[in-house]
Amino acid sequence: MNKKRIGVYVCHCGTNIAGVVDVENVAKWALEELGEEGVVVSKDNKFMCSSVGQELIQTDIEEQGLNRVVVAACSPHLHEKTFRTASERAGLNPYLCEMASIREQVSWVHTDKAIATQKAKAMVAGAVRRVAQHEPLEPIHVPINEATLVVGGGIAGIQAALEIANAGHPVYLVEREPSIGGHMAQFDKTFPTLDCAACILTPRMSEVGMHPKIDLMTWSEVENVDGYVGNFNVRIRKKSRFINLADCNGCGICEQKCPVKIVDKNFEAGIGYRKAIYRPFDQAIPNYPVLDQPNCTYFIKGTCKACEKFCPTGAINFEKEDELVNVEVGNIILATGYDLYDTKKIPQYGFGRLPNVFSSLEFERMCNAAGPTSGEIVLRDGVTKPKSVGIVHCAGSRDLNHNNYCSSICCMQSLKFAHLVHERTGATIYNFYIDMRTPGKDYDEFYQRVLEEKTFFIRGKVSEISDAARNEEEEGKLVVQVEDTLLGEQRRIPLDMVILSAALVPKADSGDVAKQFGISCSSNGWFSEKHPKLDPISTMTEGIFIAGCATGPKDIPASVSQGSAAAARVISYIETGVLALEPIRATVSEENCSGCRICNDLCPYNAIVFHDETMVSEINHALCQGCGTCVAACPAGAISGTGFSNEQILAQVKGLLMLDFAEPELEKVP
Amino acid sequence: MSENGKPKFAMYWAASCGGCEIAVLNIHEKILDFDANFEVAFWPVAMDAKYKDVEALEDGEILLTLFNGGIRNDENEHIAKLLRQKSQIMVAFGSCANEGCIPGLANLSPIESLFETVYNTVSTENEEGIRPQSSYEMPEGTIHIPEMYPVLRTLDQVIDVDYYMPGCPPESHQVAAVVDLVISVVKGEAVLPPKGTVIGAGNSTVCDECERTRNVKKIKKFVRIQDIERFDPEICLLEQGLICNGPATLSGCMAKCPTSGAPCVGCYGPGPRVLDYGARMVAALASVIDSRDPVEIEAILDGIVDPAGTFYKFNLAHSLLKTGKASWNGN
Ligand SMILES: Cc1cc2nc3c(=O)[nH]c(=O)nc-3n(C[C@H](O)[C@H](O)[C@H](O)COP(=O)(O)OP(=O)(O)OC[C@H]3O[C@@H](n4cnc5c(N)ncnc54)[C@H](O)[C@@H]3O)c2cc1C
Ligand code: SF4
Ligand code: SF4
Ligand code: SF4
Repeated sequence: MNKKRIGVYVCHCGTNIAGVVDVENVAKWALEELGEEGVVVSKDNKFMCSSVGQELIQTDIEEQGLNRVVVAACSPHLHEKTFRTASERAGLNPYLCEMASIREQVSWVHTDKAIATQKAKAMVAGAVRRVAQHEPLEPIHVPINEATLVVGGGIAGIQAALEIANAGHPVYLVEREPSIGGHMAQFDKTFPTLDCAACILTPRMSEVGMHPKIDLMTWSEVENVDGYVGNFNVRIRKKSRFINLADCNGCGICEQKCPVKIVDKNFEAGIGYRKAIYRPFDQAIPNYPVLDQPNCTYFIKGTCKACEKFCPTGAINFEKEDELVNVEVGNIILATGYDLYDTKKIPQYGFGRLPNVFSSLEFERMCNAAGPTSGEIVLRDGVTKPKSVGIVHCAGSRDLNHNNYCSSICCMQSLKFAHLVHERTGATIYNFYIDMRTPGKDYDEFYQRVLEEKTFFIRGKVSEISDAARNEEEEGKLVVQVEDTLLGEQRRIPLDMVILSAALVPKADSGDVAKQFGISCSSNGWFSEKHPKLDPISTMTEGIFIAGCATGPKDIPASVSQGSAAAARVISYIETGVLALEPIRATVSEENCSGCRICNDLCPYNAIVFHDETMVSEINHALCQGCGTCVAACPAGAISGTGFSNEQILAQVKGLLMLDFAEPELEKVP
Repeated sequence: MSENGKPKFAMYWAASCGGCEIAVLNIHEKILDFDANFEVAFWPVAMDAKYKDVEALEDGEILLTLFNGGIRNDENEHIAKLLRQKSQIMVAFGSCANEGCIPGLANLSPIESLFETVYNTVSTENEEGIRPQSSYEMPEGTIHIPEMYPVLRTLDQVIDVDYYMPGCPPESHQVAAVVDLVISVVKGEAVLPPKGTVIGAGNSTVCDECERTRNVKKIKKFVRIQDIERFDPEICLLEQGLICNGPATLSGCMAKCPTSGAPCVGCYGPGPRVLDYGARMVAALASVIDSRDPVEIEAILDGIVDPAGTFYKFNLAHSLLKTGKASWNGN
């Protein structure tokens, strides 16, 4: 390699850096002290990321013949790409440009100017020594399969599938339940506009069902995922419905004739019934029923077959087995939604013990005209109309004993409930809230409307709901004990019915799903995004996107927007045809690998394979994201990470410490 | 060259146990080839010699020196430098010269506490508290014994080393192979490997030569060999919870220990490109502990009774740590 000619550029970032670090001094010092390391140019600039700053680099590369560049500025997360691209424009391999983060790691975390300036110098020295060890790298190119897998057919998944399919690209939509629709299909009205949920959702559902580009697989689960961005292999289990789909016309006679009636814990949230052969609801897509094997009399006792007898097309098939299908896709969108928090875990609220305490989803089903009470709001006895109703916000949210986050939709959902109760029963309504959170479009207007409907709002956290009466007025009622923080006093409010606006929680299997697809979850269990602000629908794994409530609680408009956003990203990948991946990858030296198998189960992206015949491990470069886990773990030192070689890291460390690893002077014992 | 035309050979024993010398003699009849091809210029264990004989040699007159032992005192250092000056090829022979080995573990303790242990424990009868003096006045004159250094250093921390031959001691078949190689080089039939090469070893780690079957590793418990009644004769020892250093230890020994049921203790040192053997082993084991529960992880780690003695038994002096802080500062 010819002589290193390194250019150093120190950014002021307005006063962000220059307010604490003596930027000019750092630049001057680098030229004087790091000359031996190859620094031939060193400059400071107000905003390196501006076009002026970038041109500075380009001009120096061209005119001064720089072959390495160090930019001391913000975090590489923000502008590494900017400066690497600028270097590339001047003909320098982009990987020969390195950043020193003197904003996030220096000026923003120190107040002592002298020390901060000293540290900035050390960071620059580290970057200079490191970049001297860099080699030019080329991105890895992979072709993109045109098909996309969408997992989860709630509103977010539906939206994503439709967007991609409408752009002309094939989609496999996999849904675990018998029908798509997700939680939205359970609701009656949606806030804040009070549109009928079915009216706006079912047209989308049937569009999915009929779309020539969408291969809809309901009552199905993803069993295995292999491969990498652009080229995933997915195995899907289509659970048996015990129906020959080609023969079924969706008439529903089997459902009518089936003698078994069971509580529907899923779609009806436990307050309605379904048969052992059923469609969860009338507008289900697809319209075929599912035979619930564990509850079917024929499967339990060996006789019955009522459905088979009455089916006009002979579509019932008790022999039918699960089917496994393999599909190849280029990208995957996970829109697996949420679960409702089990409010039995808040024992003082009495859910499951006090009959007239309802969960929010129970109440949604009750309000739904197609639900178990045909839209009548009644007590657990099924007939009595409540004269007074309490709605408890934040049941399980914003509470360190349960979930420490805000479930974001419950305030609006509680206001919606207040309105529905008012409209349908004229009952007295109390909403118990901690803070009222109505930040969406038309949300606060909706709050004001409910205020005008004379709902009582009590600001305070409900401490207990009980049926232990202390006086005549409380006799036979549910008593809500709450500190009214606006009045500054404890109150006991006797009510007929209480609805708990339960928290939204990650799907029970979200951790397993994350592992299966090689992505990570936040400490709460929601899927983690690549960047919470700037890239909320990507994950750290290339080719895997997330949308809707799977990433955290949100309302329908936000879920739909994320579905569209993920689709847009996928479409842009498909249109490019080929994807350039960062060449920062780990590699096993076959010669040095001893086949100890320490690394085999460590890769979060499942990139490591072990070859039994040769007894060595190998890393799939398209899957590897260069995280370095295996590099650190390999006891034989057989794995090296591009861009993170021992030489590069040690050179940087030596720079940071501003020293060389000199051997200590020999001393004698006195 | 000597008068008989044979190239000269030297071997020296610094801070080490002497096993390396035995390993050389243990090459059996090959020792005759050796004798036929070399003249011994200096090998205190095998034949009488005086330092002044070495001093009298021309620079570079010795073709090959096998130096075993670490540098613990000024005599070690003096001879190392002297032999370096007189030799064309300097080989750090055996674990002590390469990485400090067991004597290097003393770097964890300040010299005073080493003396305390050696000269003042219950088993030692030393009522007057006598300690070694580096010089002593006798009626006949002043006598000297070597001065102990605060820490042990490896050969390449003191002089320039041409080749490294690991092992505690190096396996005889490897010694024989190296002897063969040097003889061929002398005869002009082979060339020497590049300076700095590790010779007499493989280029992977012990697992590569180990016959035991192995799976993806997941460790729920660490045990010591005396803690278990029976272990599986076929399966990887590490998978059975025994701390086997095989994954991190340079190959070349034909995995003698793990094959016969004793976990590898790491005498061949780190694999190629590894800077710190102990850190590697710690990182590897930490990666395969099969738990996410901090309390359980602590309990599993408690099964590692002596981390320094387990992971730095042979390589402390040459690791990134080199010494304990107390011995560094305390002298
Ligand atoms: C009581 C209540 C009332 C609400 N009311 C409103 C309202 O009025 N207005 C509003 O804007 N928002 C409302 N919301 C919020 C709304 O429910 C969500 O914003 C929306 O449903 C999120 O859609 P989604 O597609 O992300 O998730 P979901 O609706 O949960 O859909 C996820 C789908 O993925 C499927 N799935 C999950 N895991 C897998 C898997 N591993 N494989 C295959 N399929 C899988 C599920 O079966 C489900 O069909 C309310 C929420 C609650 C709890
Ligand atoms: S940890 Fe290293 S030596 Fe062991 S199998 Fe993996 S790559 Fe090979
Ligand atoms: S660096 Fe290793 S652990 Fe990390 S992604 Fe690549 S192969 Fe997997
Ligand atoms: S027993 Fe030791 S040397 Fe053999 S495979 Fe297991 S860890 Fe490696």
